[in-house]
Amino acid sequence: MSILVGKETRVLIQGLGSAGKFHTGTMLEYGTQVVAAVSPGKGGTSWEKVPLFNSVHQAVRETAASASCIFVPAPGAADAVLEAFEAGVRVIVCITEGIPTLDMLKVKNILSGSAAVLIGPNCPGIITPGECKIGIMPAAIHRPGRIGVLSRSGTLTYEAVDQLTRLGLGQSTCIGLGGDPIKGLDFIEGLSLFEKDPGTDGVVLIGEIGGAAEEAAARWARQNMKKPVVAFIAGRTAPPGRRMGHAGAIIAGGKGTAAEKVSVLRECGVRVAESPADIGQQMVEALKAR
Amino acid sequence: MKIHEYQAKEILARYGVRVPRGKVARTAEEAVAAARELGGEVVVKAQVHAGGRGKAGGVKKAAGAAEVEAIARGLLGKPLVTHQSGPRGQMVRTLLVEETLPVARELYLGMVIDRETARVTIIASGEGGMEIEELARTRPEKILKIPVHPVSGFLPSQGRRLAFEMGLSKEQAETLAGFLAGMYRAFVELDASLVEINPLVITGAGEVVALDAKLNFDDNALFRHADIEKLRDVEQEDPAEVEAAQHELSYVRLDGNIGCMVNGAGLAMATMDIIKLFGGEPANFLDVGGRTDAARVKKAFQIILSDPNVRAILVNIFGGIVKCDVIAQGVVDAVAEMGLKVPLVVRLQGTRVDIGQEILKKSGLDIIPAETMREAAEAVVAASRR
Repeated sequence: MSILVGKETRVLIQGLGSAGKFHTGTMLEYGTQVVAAVSPGKGGTSWEKVPLFNSVHQAVRETAASASCIFVPAPGAADAVLEAFEAGVRVIVCITEGIPTLDMLKVKNILSGSAAVLIGPNCPGIITPGECKIGIMPAAIHRPGRIGVLSRSGTLTYEAVDQLTRLGLGQSTCIGLGGDPIKGLDFIEGLSLFEKDPGTDGVVLIGEIGGAAEEAAARWARQNMKKPVVAFIAGRTAPPGRRMGHAGAIIAGGKGTAAEKVSVLRECGVRVAESPADIGQQMVEALKAR
Repeated sequence: MKIHEYQAKEILARYGVRVPRGKVARTAEEAVAAARELGGEVVVKAQVHAGGRGKAGGVKKAAGAAEVEAIARGLLGKPLVTHQSGPRGQMVRTLLVEETLPVARELYLGMVIDRETARVTIIASGEGGMEIEELARTRPEKILKIPVHPVSGFLPSQGRRLAFEMGLSKEQAETLAGFLAGMYRAFVELDASLVEINPLVITGAGEVVALDAKLNFDDNALFRHADIEKLRDVEQEDPAEVEAAQHELSYVRLDGNIGCMVNGAGLAMATMDIIKLFGGEPANFLDVGGRTDAARVKKAFQIILSDPNVRAILVNIFGGIVKCDVIAQGVVDAVAEMGLKVPLVVRLQGTRVDIGQEILKKSGLDIIPAETMREAAEAVVAASRR
């Protein structure tokens, strides 16, 4: 079992530039069902046996694609997300980084209350190991298993997944939520899906400085979760007022510090790894303590 | 991206916000001429990209030409150190000379994007002048917040509501609503990330005027605002950070002595954290990004090498999109050009790690290898103390 994506997921690609092609290649190699790609003007032709379409509507109509992976460059990315949404795609994964915040503000308000799930933007994507990889994460570190992973960071997710795999803990589904201030799927929605998933035994939550999403997730988990949650918060040493790479990773107005997040998480019964090298080990202990 | 106060005031004035009469001066002579033209008592304000200018002596009132000249000479060409500028301060090249106004009341007005609600949100307080962050901590009930729906945009009723809650008259309320409408239009039309007027003053005559103004912009949206990009003052930014940005690297200088080169912002922050956990101090945050090549890695490594505080370097890479051989080649190229006088710890994992290790080995570089993040952090902290 898994959440959001699996063997049956039919994926379409938006944005078949060099990055889009490279990563579509790795998805095909992994066995993901890539059924279509949108490349305006090239409809009717194909790339690596993947049929190309002029619009998302056309691609969905003819291939019944249910998920989209977006590599469209930042200036057109919000348009691409909304095109997928209007065409009825239910899982929209947006890899693109550097989208203007006000563009995402509009997207978020339009998608809110709908049945569509947006993952990202500025994220590595989502993978259900052994079944479906939608995104740019290195496939080799993942193993099928029973731990869910939710993260605001990309490479730090790989670090955590690698630790889990080395300790013999496979993953049900791993999701990179993305590093932008306004994004689609959040921690609470992800935790809620994992809590309901019979194939998941525990969840690793990787947060970072900025915003209050980790605190909200911790409070939600205390009220609603029976499965153990293990967390790590990056940015303990980040100075206030300086943006640490991610558009959302900034301590502003004294809010969003790592110390504050760690203390709320602990109060809510979440195990927090002090060191990024101990995330996997903490999950091993959390599962033992059940 | 930040701009200067005088630039922010020019923009907000175009959007209907009233600002004091003022002139920009780049020499003491220009400052004196500006003061003469304005007449009466003036205020001379140092233009730097840091708050806290008043307390730091960067904002001074002056009565006559001699006083204006003395103040201008005292400020121009020298760094101004405020509590936000860092210990090195920020260079004053420009002054804003403005008329002074009799102040009856000071208010605070701000606009930011609230990420939890995904709305542009107005923040206002009847207690202006002081730092809003301080007020938020000590008296949060004094801060009013109103989210603006993207479909409706800012509503006049929201402006009136704020104004009356802050105890303004009907006329003042209408003026304030007009200012807010302009600020909101500026926010969305120019892709701002912050619009702030602190203080907004009610003058002795009951008029509403923006005494100070701050505008920050969304870096990700600058591609569609060439006119805003032109307002950038690179001298106000850290030269290493400017150079990094030109190469699409994300770099932030810190106070420690362990240079870090990492891929991915989260892993880069976690690397800083684990260094600290082992008793070391990171000299920087540096994310080489995902779509990097050997030339960019070389540049990144050179930026670290040129920081005189750096006593040891840690390269921590978890290759996904980034290939380890590309990183290794970039490091070797950088050292070939600049030499390496400090210990270097390298931890490579992921995509094409074997080829990366091979490149490092062949280079003959004196590298301390590490398998895991923990080993790497321990090694670099120990090396920094040698």
